[in-house]
Formats: sequence, structure tokens, C-alpha cells
Amino acid sequence: MDSVEIGLWGVPLAILGGAIRVSTPFIFVSLGECLTERSGRINLGLEGTLVFGAMSGYAIAYETGSPFAGVLAAAVSGACFGLLHGWICKFKGVNDIAVGIAMMLLGMGLAFFFGKPYIQPVAPDLPSINFGWWSDVPQVRAALQVNVLFILGGLLALAMAWMFRSTRVGLTVRVVGDSTDAARAMGLDPDRVRLLSTAMGGALAGVGGAYLSLFYPGSWTEGISSGQGLMAIALVIFARWNPVNCFWASLLFGGAGALGPALQSIGISEGYYLFFAAPYVLTLGLLILTSSPDRAMQGAPLELSLTK
Amino acid sequence: MTRTLTTEAGAISVEALHMTMRFGEFTALDDVSINIQAGSFHALLGENGAGKSTLVKCIMGFYHATAGELLVAGREAFMTDPKIAQSLGLGMVYQHFTLVPSLTAAENLVISRADAPGVINWRREREKLAQFMATMPFSVPLDLPVSRLAAGEKQKLEILKQLYLGNRFLILDEPTSVLTPAEADEVLGHVRALTRAGEITVLMITHKFREVTAFADEVSILRRGRYVGGGKVGEMSVEEMSRAMMGTAPEVSKRPRAATNGREIMRLSGVEAQDRTGLKTIRIDEISLKSGEILGVAGISGNGQMELMEVLTGQRRMTGGEITVNGQPFAATRAEARAHKLRYLPEEPLRNACAPRMSVAENLAFRTFDTGGNGRTRFWKDDRAIARNASTLIEDFKVKTSSPAARIASLSGGNVQRAVLGRELTGEVDALIVSNPCFGLDFAAVSSIRDRLVEARNNGTAILLISEDLDEIMELSDRILVMSEGRVAFETPIASADVSEIGQHMAGHG
Repeated sequence: MDSVEIGLWGVPLAILGGAIRVSTPFIFVSLGECLTERSGRINLGLEGTLVFGAMSGYAIAYETGSPFAGVLAAAVSGACFGLLHGWICKFKGVNDIAVGIAMMLLGMGLAFFFGKPYIQPVAPDLPSINFGWWSDVPQVRAALQVNVLFILGGLLALAMAWMFRSTRVGLTVRVVGDSTDAARAMGLDPDRVRLLSTAMGGALAGVGGAYLSLFYPGSWTEGISSGQGLMAIALVIFARWNPVNCFWASLLFGGAGALGPALQSIGISEGYYLFFAAPYVLTLGLLILTSSPDRAMQGAPLELSLTK
Repeated sequence: MTRTLTTEAGAISVEALHMTMRFGEFTALDDVSINIQAGSFHALLGENGAGKSTLVKCIMGFYHATAGELLVAGREAFMTDPKIAQSLGLGMVYQHFTLVPSLTAAENLVISRADAPGVINWRREREKLAQFMATMPFSVPLDLPVSRLAAGEKQKLEILKQLYLGNRFLILDEPTSVLTPAEADEVLGHVRALTRAGEITVLMITHKFREVTAFADEVSILRRGRYVGGGKVGEMSVEEMSRAMMGTAPEVSKRPRAATNGREIMRLSGVEAQDRTGLKTIRIDEISLKSGEILGVAGISGNGQMELMEVLTGQRRMTGGEITVNGQPFAATRAEARAHKLRYLPEEPLRNACAPRMSVAENLAFRTFDTGGNGRTRFWKDDRAIARNASTLIEDFKVKTSSPAARIASLSGGNVQRAVLGRELTGEVDALIVSNPCFGLDFAAVSSIRDRLVEARNNGTAILLISEDLDEIMELSDRILVMSEGRVAFETPIASADVSEIGQHMAGHG
């Protein structure tokens, strides 16, 4: 294939492609965390869930030959982690943040333990849809290789926003997240709602992990996540607990993360590691710009231990 | 005696017979019988701890009565679970709000329904809500988050919610404790109209005689867990009621006022700040506070008084203007407040002026723990001085606590209020800024706090009293300011103060 010279245009294209590729795990983890936090609990363990999801998804995809079976397995294992977290937090005097940190280490430890035999073998990749068929430019085609999970994530963000607005389940989660007393007065069981929300959040984080090992980067290694699960949790706060904002914020993160490789592709390699820090600098900058000394955090669920 | 069990419009009667409730050795409720007829407005009077809440919780099924029975619409009911009460059409409006703050009023109403649909068709629900609202005597904005509603609107929404749920017997637990007099009259007037129409039966817990005489049909009075009197409201005088409630008629303290010199302590000029919604600004052109006076700031809640208080305590940023104390600029820091001997009693002191999980003794030492006798700051804390200070204040201000080492959060509201007032009034105090000092307190506590304020005034302290209770303002103030829409709308000395004129300025018609 002829390489078409597109010069500086390569940078925004690479960033776009990178945003779509890199953002998918962020989308799933942040949507999962958004659901959990809206119910009034923080699950910091999603980093561990993400890594375990990556491992279990990869392992099952390799054993069965079907990447989708892998995704399903990752979701189930993530839900189990969520259930465990939610169950422990039910007890009096248990702090959800401390439990989350323990769960994070547990998830990573278990993933490394069970994942050892799967570092070498090659599992089938998740399919992607080529939205760049109309173009002859290989960079365009590469950028528009969109994975099915990315599309699913976008739809999920819309569905979750709709759920919070117009379904009983969504309103129930919001009630529980805002006022335990009001929820009890309505005859709801806050612990159960939180347990299920945490389980569902864990399942989504597991799917995010499966994307990592089954599509991009596309293999199981121990350093596969490098803190993406934790960043996604920060991203929920930045997105002000709004699922659609979570989607856009994930894209922004992904794009910023792709800045370094994109600049490298046109020959700028100085400060490569500095560009890797772009997403973090961007987050800090945006959080400072959107904060206010006079107002409390808008939209924060009131039962969250962060806001108490 | 004829009894109305149900009315045509749907109100139902409730009768409690020989209700007794024991908690271990302690008898909270002792053989109490009351009969609340369908479509009546029944008041339940009593001091704090008289057993009102216990009785109501037995009726609602939160407690399982030790003995006694309950008839709902003439049929015996076994309240083993709050859900049974709900299914029989009994509903309760609590003293604290049970609405979910970040949900809109419409969302709150729909989700509180037991049969809330899985997928909510907002178009249809909105139409149904509009139809429901059209049949109600009052309305609230449905599309704002509840956190943005004023206290009066929240209270109305709580009542609307009960009606929306189809409950026909409502228990209102001190429904007006967070409302201004005007709001209280409006809400209770509407409630009475609903009972007159036979739509609902109401049992209202209160300790305000005025509300009983103005709105209720019948009254039952409890003291120390026993039924001590009651009957038709028209047939009982306030003296009779108060004697039954307190045992003896309450002492009305005369509160002599000494003449004091009026040196200016504090001046606010052109102070501006954002209000709590962040959408409007409040602007105080000029307030001058003099020593030995009580300057009352009246106003309906949500007209900028809370923001004014927060500016003065340093909890809210000033966007313009200047505050001077003794002629020097004042930025509400701890050092400045200490130098100028300025003290505060904010509203909800447990939240605004205490560390709830620290002990009573520690909380009482907040003003003094870091200073030595010579005015310098100290490094090691002096536990003995803290204990001494605590025991004096607990005794002087009659704070009821199990021990000085108890968490301050375990105290009742009145005791927290007295403890903080005691702390703020120790030592030399040149100025005291108070906000709603008597919210939700019973008669005796109110009276003792007001005595303390007048006593401090007589000793030359300048007091800025921000209050939503107009009676309190009229009773205590030397001079009255009225706040409306974030501005000072009116000023008058007490001698020429006229309640109806002040009321008009509060309502924004000046």
C-alpha cells in the first residue's frame, strides 16, 4: 500500500483515532463508577476489577475461541467483585474507600496469580467496524477502525442518562444516593440498591478490562492498566456524575493520551514522556477552571462519603 | 357521643384506646386514649418528652405498643409494620424533611408512589400531576430541585405528597417549626380547609398555643406520658391548656431592660455577596450595630438573612463593600473576632458551630483552649482548665448532658443551643451575632435563652438578632430591620414598630 503523505494532518487524525481507541476502557469504568456513586457509594476497587476483567476475559477468550465469551466472563467476574465490595460495605462502621483500596489490591493480585499461564498464548481479538472504507488514506482508515465496544459504550451512556431521568430504577438509585433516610421512609432498602449498583458498576469495569486485553493493546500483561481504573474514577467527579459527560470526558482523556504517540508519528520525539502526562495535566487544569470557591460540588450525590 | 368514622370525601377516623408503651423500666406512654374523628383537625399538645412522638409512632407502627388497641375507621388495626399504616391510608409528615434534595418536586412525588411505573412517561405523569394540583388549595413549583425550594414550600410539598399518595389521615409533627409565622398561617389555613371539606383528618403535634386556638377543632394534652386533658378548642382557655401541659402556668419573665450607652461597634456598608443559589446577590447598604442594643433583623426565610449571617461569620465570601468593627476593617477571621470580642450563635449550631463528634467539654472550650491567661497562644492544652470551664458552663446554662465527656451530637437541640450560647457568652463579649436562636425549642428552653440575651444586652453587649420568628423579634429588639429580596427594606425603633407594617415590608410590599 502506498503511504500517502499527509503531513501535519496526521496529528489530529492520530489523536482522534487514539481517543476512540484509548477511551473505551475509560468509558466503561467511569459509567460503572457513575452508577455506583449515584447510589451513594465509592468503589475504588475498580482498578483491580479492570485488571481482573482483562485477565479473565483474555483467558476465557483463549479457552473458548470466542472474544465475546471473554467479555461476558469479564463482566461476570467484575460483578462478583462488585458484590463482594457491596456486601462488605453493608456492615456498620465499614468505610467504602478503605474496602475499595483492599479490593483493588486483591483484584490485581488474583489477576496476576491466575493470569501467569496466559501471558504467552494469543487470544482472538474483538472485531471492529471499519468506518474509514470511503478513504484511500491509510491514516484515516486506521483512525476510523472503531471497536464495537466503543459504540456500545456510547449507547450505554445515553441509556444510563435516560435511566436516571425516566425510569423507576434510575430514580430509586438517585433517591438512595441522595438521602438514606428518605429512601428508608419510602420503604426502599438502601443497602440492596447499593449492592446491586456496585455489582453492575463492577460488571461494566470488567468489560472495560476485557477491551484492554482483547483489543487495545490486545494482549494480557501485568502492566496492562497502569492506573486507568483510578483515573476513570476521578473522571466521574470531573464529569459531575453525568453519564453523557462521562463519555465526553473519556474521549478527552483518550485524546490527550494519544497526543504523545501522535507527535512521535510526525517526528517530534522530544519530551515524549512529558506528553504522556497530558491527560493528567488536562484534568488538573479543567478541575481548577470549573471549580468555584463559593459553591459546593454541584450534582454530587449527598450520601457519598466524599461530600460528607 | 356521636362518632364520625368516615366522611363522604374520604377522611377516616383513628381512635387509640389505653395505649401504653414501656421501654424497659421507663414508661413513655401510660394508658392514653384519644379519639380523632373523621374530618377533624386535632392538636396534640405537650412539652418535649411528654410522649407525643411515642404515641404517634405507635399509631404509625414504628413502635409496637406494650398494651392498648387502635381503631382505624372503626375497625381494629394491628400496626406491626409502618407499611400497614400506609396501606390503611395513614401518613406522616415529619419534622425534618423526607424529600430527596436533588430530585425535582415532580420526581419526588412520582417515585414516592408504591406503584411508580418502571418506565416513567413524563408527559403523561406531568398531565396527571397538573390535574392533581388543580384540585389542591396550594401549589409548589414542580420542576425545581427540592433543595432550591424555601422551607415553606418544602413543607407544603410534604403535605401534598401525602395527599398524592392517597393518605386520608395525616399526622403533622410540628409542621411549623421551620416556617415563618406567615408561612405557618398559610400552610395551616390550607390544611384546615382540607379537613373542613372532609378530605382528610389531621393530628398535629405542636407546642404552640396560638396554632391550636387558631386552627384546631379539638385538642389532647399529654404530660409525662399521661393524658392530662383535652376537648373542644373553643371550650378551653389558653390558661387551662397551659396549666395542663406544664403542670403550672408558665412564668413569664419580665426581663427588665437597663439603659445602656450606644457606642457604635459594627458597621456594614455596601456589603455584597452571592445568595445560596448563586443566581442573585444580596446587598446591604448600611447596618450599624451599637453597644447595649438588640438589633432585630426580621424577614421571611430565603430573603438573604442566612447569607448575611454567613458573611458575618466568614462562611461566605464578600464580593463587595466593607465591614468595620470598632472602626477597623473586619474580615471575620478568628484573630479579629477575638481581638474585637465578637461572638456568634449561628442557626443549626450543631452543624455551624460545633464539632459534633467531639465531647461537650471540648466544644465548650473552642474559644479558650489555645489561649493562656496572659492573652498569648499556648501550645499544650490544659485539660484541667477545659474541665473546669465545662462544668461551670454546664451548670450556669443548665445544659442537660450525661457527662462533659459525652459527644455533643448526643445532646438534644435545646441543650446544644444552650451549650453554644454559654460558650459564646463567656468572658468579655462586646458583640454577639445570633441567628434563629430558638428554632424548634420548647417553651422553657426558649424563655431561658431569651433571658440570657437580654441579660447580655443589659451588660452592654451589642446583639444582632437575625430571626424568622417575628414574635421573637418584637419581644427582644430595641430596633428592627426588615430584610426583603436580599436588601434592608425597612427600619424602625421598637417604640413605633407596628406588626402589620413590618409584615408588609417582609412580604415585599413597602
